[in-house]
Amino acid sequence: MTHRREALLALLFALAVLAAAFAAPWLRFVLTLALAKGIAALGVMLLLRAGQVSFGHAMFVAFAAYAVAFLAGRVGDALLLLPLAMLLTSLLGLVIGLFVARYREIFFGMLNLALSMVFYSLLEKFYSITHGTDGMRVPAVTWAGMATERVGGEWAVLVAALVLAIGFALLARLYLASPLGEALQGIKTREARLEFMGLPPRRVLLVAYVLSAAMAGTAGALIALTTRHVTPLMGYWTASGELVFIVILGGAGGVLGPFLGAVAYELVRVYAAASVADAWQLILGAVLLAVILFARGGLFSLLRGRRA
Amino acid sequence: MKPILQAQGLRLAFGGVKAADGIDLDVGEGEFLAIIGPNGAGKTTFINMCTGWLKPQAGRILWRGQDIAGLPPRRITAKGIARSFQLPQLFTEHTVLRNLALAIAAREGAFSLLRPLLRPGWTEEAMEIMRGFGLEFLADTRADALNEGSRKLADIAMAVALKPRLLLMDEPTSGVAASEKLGIVETLARVLRETGVSAVFVEHDMEVVSRFADRVAVWSQGRIVANGPPQAVLADPDVRREVIGIEDAHAAP
Amino acid sequence: MGAWFADNGLLLGLALLDGLASAALIFLVAVGLNLVFGVLRVLNIAHGSLFAIGAYTAAGLGAALGSGALPAWAALGVLILAAALVGAVLGPLIERLLLRRIYAEENVLQLLVTFALFMMLEDVQKLVWGVQPVHHDAAMRLFGTFDVPFGSDFIPFTAYQLFVLPGIAVLVLVGLVWFLRSTLSGRMIVAVTTDREAATAIGINADRVYLLTFTAGAVLAALGGALASPTAAIVPGVGASTIVLSFAVVATAGLGRIEGAALTALMIGLGRSVAVYFFPEAEVLIPYLIMVAVLLVKPQGLFGTLETRRI
Repeated sequence: MTHRREALLALLFALAVLAAAFAAPWLRFVLTLALAKGIAALGVMLLLRAGQVSFGHAMFVAFAAYAVAFLAGRVGDALLLLPLAMLLTSLLGLVIGLFVARYREIFFGMLNLALSMVFYSLLEKFYSITHGTDGMRVPAVTWAGMATERVGGEWAVLVAALVLAIGFALLARLYLASPLGEALQGIKTREARLEFMGLPPRRVLLVAYVLSAAMAGTAGALIALTTRHVTPLMGYWTASGELVFIVILGGAGGVLGPFLGAVAYELVRVYAAASVADAWQLILGAVLLAVILFARGGLFSLLRGRRA
Repeated sequence: MKPILQAQGLRLAFGGVKAADGIDLDVGEGEFLAIIGPNGAGKTTFINMCTGWLKPQAGRILWRGQDIAGLPPRRITAKGIARSFQLPQLFTEHTVLRNLALAIAAREGAFSLLRPLLRPGWTEEAMEIMRGFGLEFLADTRADALNEGSRKLADIAMAVALKPRLLLMDEPTSGVAASEKLGIVETLARVLRETGVSAVFVEHDMEVVSRFADRVAVWSQGRIVANGPPQAVLADPDVRREVIGIEDAHAAP
Repeated sequence: MGAWFADNGLLLGLALLDGLASAALIFLVAVGLNLVFGVLRVLNIAHGSLFAIGAYTAAGLGAALGSGALPAWAALGVLILAAALVGAVLGPLIERLLLRRIYAEENVLQLLVTFALFMMLEDVQKLVWGVQPVHHDAAMRLFGTFDVPFGSDFIPFTAYQLFVLPGIAVLVLVGLVWFLRSTLSGRMIVAVTTDREAATAIGINADRVYLLTFTAGAVLAALGGALASPTAAIVPGVGASTIVLSFAVVATAGLGRIEGAALTALMIGLGRSVAVYFFPEAEVLIPYLIMVAVLLVKPQGLFGTLETRRI
């Protein structure tokens, strides 16, 4: 895709989101969630560029959401909360990244899963701090000092999500074309060569990991501000699987893919998930298998990083 | 000639197999040193030790007087030692141009997340290197679509792009069609002489060796059994029989 | 120390006995995961789901037969039967329909495929067995309790957990090692693990070996679940926690190591049960703390050997 066509597509996408939110007020909530998950999925996609899949990134989403829930009482403004949550999650991403960036493929995927399960259990068990499975309410926040009533508040989060989505998509696009971004694919194809060029693969992967944590953190903060209620389930493996699903689903569209995938996913989920609650993962798994086994084109163009 | 690299008493064994059994070997400034010998003698192991992939069990590798044995590959690369591979190690999903640009980026250590890899200065330099190797018409070809000869050249070009002081090449002409061999080596020698880099290459083709090496070291069962100018070493009947596997007509069995 | 022991010795004893039983179960699942990985080079994320399905099937079968159709002494047999049933049906089904298509693929794709299978099987459990806890402990009652002498005291402990579980685990360990070393099929498995191409060249049918191994792995997972079912209620989500726990064991031991998995399972089982009694909040953390600590020092695991990448 050329720059211009991609920019045009992004603009159309943003306008469509705004138009839909304007025409159907109940869609604002759904679209905000979709944009947030799109941001988190974008981070997962960066790792997939390096041939690595994380089954645990919902941990960062949940971490940021709880950070917002804890801090909202003290730092009452969303414009401070969002960067703060992002920063804290990036730090967590750095610490965990220093450990997991040593590993590849099976270990990388499973260590992320294991760590996220530990984090989930901690959220559940430390009832005195986190209120366990009941979760925590997020106090009302202001936006640039302005207290907003409910309708205005919904718009505020949606617009913030849209701005952040565009910002991260741009950042990801620049990053993937930069030396470190291009080197990600090198981890997948010829890791030893990177080593002999004086470019340690661990550091290349660590940069992507911290970026992906920052993106998941931003998503978590946005979700917390939208739903106003955070629970350990935000960090459960099913939530991580959801992100992987969105990336694979959105596949071929470059940095726009995760957002298209996320909107499609959320819209279907709103309609379908309630009626098939017990079979939702079953359906996701089946679609995922079908995409991997039978729609190779879409998936491979993502994994192989086809360029226009 | 002033040595740039000195291996002293290198030892490394895999199980019972001695790949290096007390190796002493110098490489001079600007010198082309060929290492020959039977397969499995430990020639590649020498390159792997000099570039930090393997750590010798004993001995020193002095780079301008400083021991670099056991340092990680990236530290050794940073000191100005680069290598190419027997099986080309290219980023298969990238174009040749991007492969070279990545090497240049690694050399420059410039890692802004916001500036593109294919920036004007680097693209030009990469094209320049490709022209030197006759690869410019393949700039936008993906590395996994190259033929064996081009792959080999691109692999060496990536090492050259690091602007090393010493280049170690593991069988630069293996797997290349016989008709292309001398052409490749000629190109290579021209590029390397222009930059004044020292070179060590493991090689099986004696014509290549006699034409391009300043000196030849013969490696057999972890030891250097002969070391000297190509004419003298290659004429030695023992070397011819035991290492190269050529029976001289007059030396009846 | 002495005073502490007087106060807590009994608890510690209980913790150790508990740990032994849970180590036996962890071992059964982890060794199956490890065996499959060693041969197929695919990490089956759905392995934990097979544990859960084995547990549900055993409980269901036990309840169905327990209403008087079978004598009480058959309870243990029912568990083993359930495991064999689950493994023999699901194992070949998964290997033939799914895994066979992806052996040649990139690792990341293989992971995605088994993860997708895991997502599906987790919901299949909810659809078939619902979300209410399921418990059937006929097998445990069958063996009664045993008084473990402890100083001047006795700890009453169920004989099922004390003898049956560790006994079966040891039998499986010894049997597996014997099978791999001394039988033709076992040696074929080892040959395929070491060098698939060479093994195929001398006439070993690698496809058959893969099928056999995966089925054996599935039976082991289901056996772990079936034997666990009398000791605790089965709840949704047990598949997920089982796979991450057995991965922790396998990663700590070193991928592909069988005897190592036994020792590591013991270490992690004991560590976890001690935590249950003394630092309950840390229970879930212990296995992973052990794993992270080991991996930081020995990235290839306790018993793994470092594979040098060929260049």
